Amino acid sequence: MQHRPPLARIAAGLYRRHQLALWLLLGPPMLWLGVVYLGSLLSMVWQSAYGFDDFSMQVVPELTLANYRALLDGSNLDIVLRTLGMAVAVTLGCAALAFPIAYYIARHTSGTLKSALYASVMLPMWVSYIVKAYAWTLILAQGGLVYWASDALGLRGALEALLELPVIGGSSLSTSNLGRWFVFVYVWLPYMILPVYAAIERVPENLLQASADLGARPAQTFRSVILPLTFPGVAAGSIFTFSLTLGDYIIPQLIGPSGYYVGTMVNTLHGSVGNLPMAAAFTVVPIVIIGLYLALARRFGAFDAL
Amino acid sequence: MSAAIELQDVTRSFGAVDAVSGVSFAVADGEFFSMLGPSGSGKTTCLRLIAGFDLPTRGHILLSGADASSLPPYERDVNTVFQDYALFPHLSVLENVAYGLRMRGVAAADRAKRSEAALEQVALGGMGGRRPSQLSGGQRQRVALARALVNQPRVLLLDEPLGALDLKLREQMQVELKSLQRQLGITFVYVTHDQSEALSMSDRVAVFNRGRIEQVAPPRVLYAAPRTVFVAGFVGTANIVTAERAKRWTGRDRPVAIRPEHIRVGAPPGDQPSTSGTLVDVLFQGPVSRLAVDTEVGTLSVSVGSHAGDGPSTELGATLQLYWPREAMVELEPTEPV
Amino acid sequence: MRSSPRTPWALRLAAWFGLAFLYVPILLVGVYAFNTEESAFTFPPKGFTTRWFSAALERGDVLDALWLSAQVAAGATLAAVLLGTLAALALARREFRGKDIIAMSFILPIALPGIVTGIALHSAFRLADISPGFWTIAMGHTTFCIVVVYNNVVARLRRLPPSLVEAAMDLGADQFRAFRSVVLPQLGTALLAGAILAFGLSFDEIIVTTFTAGHERTLPIWLLNQLGRPRDVPVTNVVALGVMALTALPILASFWLTRSSHDVGGSGK
Repeated sequence: MQHRPPLARIAAGLYRRHQLALWLLLGPPMLWLGVVYLGSLLSMVWQSAYGFDDFSMQVVPELTLANYRALLDGSNLDIVLRTLGMAVAVTLGCAALAFPIAYYIARHTSGTLKSALYASVMLPMWVSYIVKAYAWTLILAQGGLVYWASDALGLRGALEALLELPVIGGSSLSTSNLGRWFVFVYVWLPYMILPVYAAIERVPENLLQASADLGARPAQTFRSVILPLTFPGVAAGSIFTFSLTLGDYIIPQLIGPSGYYVGTMVNTLHGSVGNLPMAAAFTVVPIVIIGLYLALARRFGAFDAL
Repeated sequence: MSAAIELQDVTRSFGAVDAVSGVSFAVADGEFFSMLGPSGSGKTTCLRLIAGFDLPTRGHILLSGADASSLPPYERDVNTVFQDYALFPHLSVLENVAYGLRMRGVAAADRAKRSEAALEQVALGGMGGRRPSQLSGGQRQRVALARALVNQPRVLLLDEPLGALDLKLREQMQVELKSLQRQLGITFVYVTHDQSEALSMSDRVAVFNRGRIEQVAPPRVLYAAPRTVFVAGFVGTANIVTAERAKRWTGRDRPVAIRPEHIRVGAPPGDQPSTSGTLVDVLFQGPVSRLAVDTEVGTLSVSVGSHAGDGPSTELGATLQLYWPREAMVELEPTEPV
Repeated sequence: MRSSPRTPWALRLAAWFGLAFLYVPILLVGVYAFNTEESAFTFPPKGFTTRWFSAALERGDVLDALWLSAQVAAGATLAAVLLGTLAALALARREFRGKDIIAMSFILPIALPGIVTGIALHSAFRLADISPGFWTIAMGHTTFCIVVVYNNVVARLRRLPPSLVEAAMDLGADQFRAFRSVVLPQLGTALLAGAILAFGLSFDEIIVTTFTAGHERTLPIWLLNQLGRPRDVPVTNVVALGVMALTALPILASFWLTRSSHDVGGSGK
């Protein structure tokens, strides 16, 4: 075993040096993440402190806190709050719809049906996002599926009344917050179903049996055993629905009333206005909010349920 | 001629804990050497150090006289049979066995021939085409053995290879392993927590406790002349009498061990050491019965033949007299404070 | 194979309604692609035709976008497979200080909204004076594709008994040969699944892409632009269906490949 091809010699040398081997493996991906990703984040935060000359539409590379002060202005604050409100509403909607689906599949099906249903929940997640958004523009349009269905079922009046309501209503379905909320819930639903499903699956059967053995009725078992144990799953799913809504700029553009969301504001500032510093400043907002949300979700055990 | 394996004051630490501490021993060529001890005693760590899966924190490991302490496993003339067999699932049985030969560059035809022969040797001839998942536990164990032996290593390491098998299969495999070792003349280093297994198969046994070796000796010596309280209690059963209580018979300040089969029931015929006590339990074990007798020197375990007739009274609560030959008291090293 | 008989009907109804809700829009796109109408979003569809399929394939802009998406996806997948596998090998079983932070930082590109990654990359490219184009798009995609590959590979690695690698080394293989002959075959399907997932992810990506592309248009961007062109709706429908198939089918394949090891909890984007 004395002759050693060069590769084997390197291998033998590395065998003793665990740390070196580790960093050789970890080096390239960390370098990429560090330089490309974290570096970009830092450069963005840095540039968010640049100024912007409204007259010449040019970025002024001097450090200033003007952008951040502007964020606290009335109209900008409105944007943030509006987006936040929708994010919360979407999260609640997804949770409400996801739980029955996840619970049904987890506890009331088995075998091939169960795997088939699980796959069928996964699949829409991977169908192109833009296709789904596009599909909804067709569905909510005048003459599209929803209007046709409401006419066919004689519910046109109810639909109109719904659209009269403040906040959620609008002049038509596709320009109402209700419509927008529908699309958001639809697009993010699988992200909520999966962690909730996993959490429900993880509740050991013998706990439910013990609960029944101790005299609890199904509804009580649900409230006192299942709900608390699966809440981390809901928290985990909420991370996705919350942060995805917070940063989205395409769906608000396509559906719903006028009025900026954080995402569309960033898009406009970046695209048409060219005010990159302000766009960056606005982008920091979701980062901070999501950071806080993550810390909160962590308390509720969401990280263990991911 | 240098020993096949020699450990010189080997220590392996994990942070503040020493899994193996100051261990030294030598294994001769062609010996069947066992490392015995409870779980966590360091015997498996020692095996891994010899194989090269772990490197010692301090000390040296010599293989055939050469320092192998920092060599990776693929540069040591040692092969291992793993506790979980570690058969490669994506290869056939024959390809598994041939793996070591392939790594050494042996030609395909030669590989196949030698692997087939190795399988024959472990009574699995003709099974080469199967996948490991299609075999039973006992069969997989033999494949693991063949895979190691086909490389004709100087030393074969076995890490509790029979642990997952049921009793009858285990006993059968013990006999087979022992005869295989005699046949091939390879040095075997065998790790087990089962003392009867170690006693029945080995030329010498090293008894491990908490990272140290307490005694290295042939099985009979270990049984008849244990050196420490731990060895006396771990290898077979023993009655341990503390130093102060034993003083009256030995005149020395050392604890002693007395094997249950050396204690007789009844009045001592001469001036043998004796005591008396109350019978508190009888355990019928087939050919022998174990009596538990509460005496002034502690509860003694006594082994008596189970035949009925004019045996001692086995009524619970009865008072029994016990005696034993003086030589049956084995002096042990003083117990260290824990 | 059946659902349990004592399922409350309300639950059953809610669940199936939810599942239908998930699929109606998708199926609708499929239906519309075959619609005869020029303003092809009226419901119910007026007729059945496949002429829009050939029309779509004749469109130069569609083919250009398709080609660009494919190239970017291929490049990003390749880079992600390399980097993700390396990271997984490093983090699967070793313990070291700072491991938690590093593991978390791998998740960031997916945890933070796409718009953050998009603006961040854009600002970095601006600062470094790199003009947007194929490479910037690919770099952006690689960054979040790494995680997908990493997740798949790490899950499989953790299920690999460490004794297998030790056995290989015991029998004479050094670390590299042991990796090639024992670890890689075991990783096989997980790697493939991760690669397919990454490809699908990249192909579908729109948010980060809009910030890292110049005038280039990937297929999703093309679709987005089409949303302001009502007259082009039939072709848009066909392309939408095509994109659906191109992303969904590989994902299905990836799921099928890893079905035995499916880690139900963490397979989301």
